[in-house]
Amino acid sequence: MPIASQRTMRFLGRSYMAFVFTPEEPIIDWLAQLDSWLARSPGFFGGRPVVLDLVNVKLHKPGMVHLVACLLERGIRVIGLEGADPAQLGPDLPPLLSGRAVNSNELIALARPEQPAAAPPKQPASLLIDRPVRSGQSIIHPEGDVSVLGSVGSGAEIVAGGSIHIYGTLRGRAMAGHMGNSRARIFCQKIEAELLAINGYYRTAEEIDASYRGRPMQAWLNDNVMMITALN
Amino acid sequence: MGKVLVVTSGKGGVGKTTTTAALGAALAQAGETVVVVDFDVGLRNLDLVMGAERRVVFDLINVIQGVAKLSQALIRDKRLETLWLLPASQTRDKDALTEEGVRQVIAELRERFDWVICDSPAGIERGAILAMRYADAAIIVTNPEVSSVRDSDRIIGMLDSKTERAENGSRIDKHLLITRYDAGRAQRGEMLSIDDVLEILSTPLLGIIPESQDVLRASNVGAPVTLANQLSGAGRAYAEAARRLQGESVAMTVPNQKRGLFDKLFGRRAA
Repeated sequence: MPIASQRTMRFLGRSYMAFVFTPEEPIIDWLAQLDSWLARSPGFFGGRPVVLDLVNVKLHKPGMVHLVACLLERGIRVIGLEGADPAQLGPDLPPLLSGRAVNSNELIALARPEQPAAAPPKQPASLLIDRPVRSGQSIIHPEGDVSVLGSVGSGAEIVAGGSIHIYGTLRGRAMAGHMGNSRARIFCQKIEAELLAINGYYRTAEEIDASYRGRPMQAWLNDNVMMITALN
Repeated sequence: MGKVLVVTSGKGGVGKTTTTAALGAALAQAGETVVVVDFDVGLRNLDLVMGAERRVVFDLINVIQGVAKLSQALIRDKRLETLWLLPASQTRDKDALTEEGVRQVIAELRERFDWVICDSPAGIERGAILAMRYADAAIIVTNPEVSSVRDSDRIIGMLDSKTERAENGSRIDKHLLITRYDAGRAQRGEMLSIDDVLEILSTPLLGIIPESQDVLRASNVGAPVTLANQLSGAGRAYAEAARRLQGESVAMTVPNQKRGLFDKLFGRRAA
């Protein structure tokens, strides 16, 4: 058979960032907890990749299929499984991933459409944004701190591996310590935030004490509980 | 070489078409050659506000598709010699606009006119993006209320990323125009204040247009408010905004804020 093309086919590996869910038994309670979270932030996981870590639960194949279906019903698409018994997997389940928690020194090359392909792979540890972050914009910086000199608009979001510093008003969402850093903090000159998150622990606008609104504040984690204090 | 302006907002009904017509007429009155271009394909309105709806033969889509020449589609205003309209098509949809076609039309208009003012459709889809694509400067029309301000914030983000200027690494000039401002309601806290809007959008202010019945009256008779009623609050505010666009420095006045002794004594609001 003649070879039509001289070009060789290349398969490249690439790392992506995904949310990891770690269900706990009983699954019913865990799903109920997820539902109450989703009720507060509907559509948050819509279109975002999610990996299911099954180390804490013992599930056989029908259980896993059911769980994946339950999540799909809630608009959450599972792209891979972790910590499951390979013998239990089949073509009707997402593939097994061998992931591990990433420490802050490791570099994750995130596929960002606005970056030209020729961009250098290593990004500086911290990212400085000298203009306002507008509604609908999303700044994702998986390794280091993000500093914003302007304001973060309602409907905008900042995702950082480290801490987030906002020298204007925070009206959108700020998610610090995104890759598993519980020491990350969020600072802002004026808080009107829609959502704060550190290392996966969330707080929505309604749960932020109204007396902090409009004031300078910082948020940090104390034993996995988010603390918010005024800066002045 | 003329200057290309896009009048945009994100949200509908805030006054983009009124603004396009009013600023176009004010600039033409000052002796500049102006063309106002309707990008709202499928829902055109600018021809009505300009009073030219009975004279539309060819439109923007015809020009883009090569059915008509640009000179055949341009309509000259009956009141002002230097004011022209390029209407949108009412029977097509926004998919008929192509990036290359829009680029060519804008380049040709830029050669012929001092000012090319593009009236963007509402939304953030294809029509709105093509209207802003080749602009040198943008006028962001905002009402002093939260939904309009947030939509404007979104549009400003798109002006900084989706325009040709932004892609070439330079920035598009942005001017904020606050319309339908009612001092009384702002004072009672029923509207955002000018300071709140400026704080949220952090964009230089071009003008504040008061809420006015004259705007509706002008639209009904098919005349830009700067022509129909030059002495009205809205007409004057638009004329001042046009002078600022030309580079003049005109002191900014917040409409209706000054209240005379009589109004204070009798608790009446200035009209």
